[in-house]
Amino acid sequence: MIVAEQKPLDEIKGLLADAGKVLVVGCGTCVTVCFAGGDKEAGILASSLRMATRIDGSPKDVTHITVQRQCEWEYIDPLADSIQEADIVLSIGCGIGVQALAERFPDKIVVPGLNTTFLGLPQEQGVWEERCAACGSCILGLTGGICPIARCAKQLLNGPCGGSQDGVCEIGHETPCAWQLIYDRLKAQNRLHLILEIQPPKDWSTSRDGGPRRITREDLRLAAEAAE
Amino acid sequence: MTESLASTNGFKSGSRLERVLRAGHFAVTAELGPPQNADPEVIRKKARLLAGVCDAANITDNQTAIVRMSSIGAGTLAVQEGIEPVIQMTCRDRNRLAMQSDLLGAYALGMRNILCLTGDHQSFGNHPTAKNVHDLDSVQLIQMVASLRDRRCFQCGDVIKGIEPRFFIGAAANPFGDPFEWRPLRMGKKAKAGADFIQTQLIYNVDRFAQFMERVRELGLHRQVYLLAGVGPLKSPGMTKYMRDEVPGLDVPDIFVERMTAAADGIDKEDKKARNAAFRKEGIKIAVELIQQMRQIEGVAGVHIMAIEWEEAVREIGEGAGLLPRPELEAQPSGVQG
Repeated sequence: MIVAEQKPLDEIKGLLADAGKVLVVGCGTCVTVCFAGGDKEAGILASSLRMATRIDGSPKDVTHITVQRQCEWEYIDPLADSIQEADIVLSIGCGIGVQALAERFPDKIVVPGLNTTFLGLPQEQGVWEERCAACGSCILGLTGGICPIARCAKQLLNGPCGGSQDGVCEIGHETPCAWQLIYDRLKAQNRLHLILEIQPPKDWSTSRDGGPRRITREDLRLAAEAAE
Repeated sequence: MTESLASTNGFKSGSRLERVLRAGHFAVTAELGPPQNADPEVIRKKARLLAGVCDAANITDNQTAIVRMSSIGAGTLAVQEGIEPVIQMTCRDRNRLAMQSDLLGAYALGMRNILCLTGDHQSFGNHPTAKNVHDLDSVQLIQMVASLRDRRCFQCGDVIKGIEPRFFIGAAANPFGDPFEWRPLRMGKKAKAGADFIQTQLIYNVDRFAQFMERVRELGLHRQVYLLAGVGPLKSPGMTKYMRDEVPGLDVPDIFVERMTAAADGIDKEDKKARNAAFRKEGIKIAVELIQQMRQIEGVAGVHIMAIEWEEAVREIGEGAGLLPRPELEAQPSGVQG
């Protein structure tokens, strides 16, 4: 899932600036699961902002609403009336949700209330960890199901580097060395030959380096359906 | 494929380091760290201290992720002072385009050796908020430099029209990095990628290094690459403890902390100058002993002496270990500068 965390309240207040009527828009999918931008968080944030702006001496009218998915037109279109009434929209969806609202309602100022952090999973209650960098060319089949692009600090394809010690990455004690994990798993599976081969330079054009990515499935397009 | 336009008389690069190793001499490389400023005198001064006491000197590349004069810029100054540089190149700061263009420039300026490195993480340095690159990793960098030289091809496959850069290609190995049993195999990947020589991380635990070398020999890697063992003179008991306890990838046995501490026995605690001199003397003595022990290990083709900000020590260590004078070689092949 997409993991995010809420921006500091002061930063959010700065983004809202002079706007009087604020609509906080939560999202019912990934950011609900990671307790950053669901209906509960939208309600708490709206109430915190009402309180904080009252204390600051310039109270804002802050309301909130949550949609099931901020990243699909059919879910955000019904927001049109509520958004119309607001001076500013504070999205606490991920970066996709913020952009979807800004794209659908181009006359409105839409600002982010979260920092979208990574694609990952809850490692334990209250701890989330990155797992995928969405590089567009998956090599998990070669690396024992552990991604060095997302989990090695240097994105090495022929690791580990010399900074791996006692299973820990050179950047710090909290970070496991991804290549130690890869080594351990492949060794246990008797498949170390997979990483004895030199992995060639990666084609980063499928990653962010190729510009914004797009997938077109002609078989699924409505035009294709109509032609049949 | 067209024939090489660079004349290296049958050598891969014709560098002094390559010729010393090929002739079977026990090679000595040193380290020259560029300054955090634009003063050429710093390089010249260090180069003069290293002249005649090593076969080549590594010029570090933004070492520990701290901005310094570029390796190639400093290397050019070193060449002018008669020192043959080993240009260090990390994958942290440049993508494959910048790396290859720098390699063309470095060769044109007379550089003949390169050490291909991953690079310390930027969080260690003075620009921790920088974006790191890692377009290639060190193994892929070795492959690319070998391809420029041996296939006369850029990484994309385009043929180089004109003179190709012909480097003697180095790589690093850390015998004490984890997983321990993977390290010789990873070194093998570097040899397979095209490395000609290996410089190791600092070695203080010779027994453990000997185990590493045993595995290196089993894999036959000592016949594929020249391995230069890393040696660094200890400066003080404090530095020794720090290296033992704090530096990832180093293995410093307690005996060296004890020896460094005992070096100042009987010297007045207030006499800092005398204590420092005693520490440094012991540090050099230990370095000499380490070289003598490692030289006995089959497959060790030389030493890489890392005397950071203590370049004077290289001469003393070289003298102590009987590595001076450095061998005289026949005149360099035509077309090779530096």
